[in-house]
Amino acid sequence: MATQPQPRPDEHALIERIRAGDSEAFYDLVRPHERAIYVTAYSILQDPSEAEDVAQETVLKAFRNLHQFRGEARFGTWLVTIAINESRMRLRSRQRVRLESLDAAVPDDPDYVPIQLRDWREIPSQTLERQELREALTRALAALNDKYREVLVLRDVQLLSVAETAEILGITPGNVKVRLLRARLQMRDRLVTELGGWHLKRKGK
Amino acid sequence: MEVSCHEIWREISNYLDNDVDPRLRERMEQHFAHCRHCAALLDSTHNVLVLIGDNRAFALPADFSKRLYTKFAAHLAASR
Repeated sequence: MATQPQPRPDEHALIERIRAGDSEAFYDLVRPHERAIYVTAYSILQDPSEAEDVAQETVLKAFRNLHQFRGEARFGTWLVTIAINESRMRLRSRQRVRLESLDAAVPDDPDYVPIQLRDWREIPSQTLERQELREALTRALAALNDKYREVLVLRDVQLLSVAETAEILGITPGNVKVRLLRARLQMRDRLVTELGGWHLKRKGK
Repeated sequence: MEVSCHEIWREISNYLDNDVDPRLRERMEQHFAHCRHCAALLDSTHNVLVLIGDNRAFALPADFSKRLYTKFAAHLAASR
């Protein structure tokens, strides 16, 4: 099991500088986390321009509320928590009734059987250069139920620990693991269906 | 005792996170050694994790950073 990552020492130093009045140092504090903020917002809102707005709002809010950051969590975790709250608020204000993703079979369903593979044991990571593959990943992520998507993004896209994911989402580590199992298998089933065909099609050319 | 395919499907995520006890891990590995479908499930799920954990999978929009810091700079300037 991964242990809880410790705050980076330079983060503390930067925060002290900002609190002492060096506002410009805030750039350096945020820069390593900007992708995490955006991807988190995007995973909830599913809209690039709204996700970008939320990312900007998150940064401003973090700056204004830096005095509230206690340093118990990592700074990145704190930022992601703000991004999640902002995104959820925006989702509510949008008053869009999000359709739950179609009831995908879940592993604790006694009838669940993973989709069988054809020829998809290995996809070299260079294929991520292909827009087609990135789009397929985005579609598969979008198709997940919100609560599974959030866990998957924190845990497997941002590579946070189970403990951090639980803390950010306000759920138990056990719940993180249950949701993660479903999220991972659903992603996998969708991608096997989509990319399996894609892969075979390419090979057949 | 041999684990069933259903048990594999329930524990595969924990297995990938190295979060199953050594005894279960061993039994799961025995199962993977002779069950083609579960071995393929393991490979492909692992593969999905490698893909989505890659920074290129969900990229930032072009000039995202530039706009972010322009916005922040404007905020700083206005609050001075």
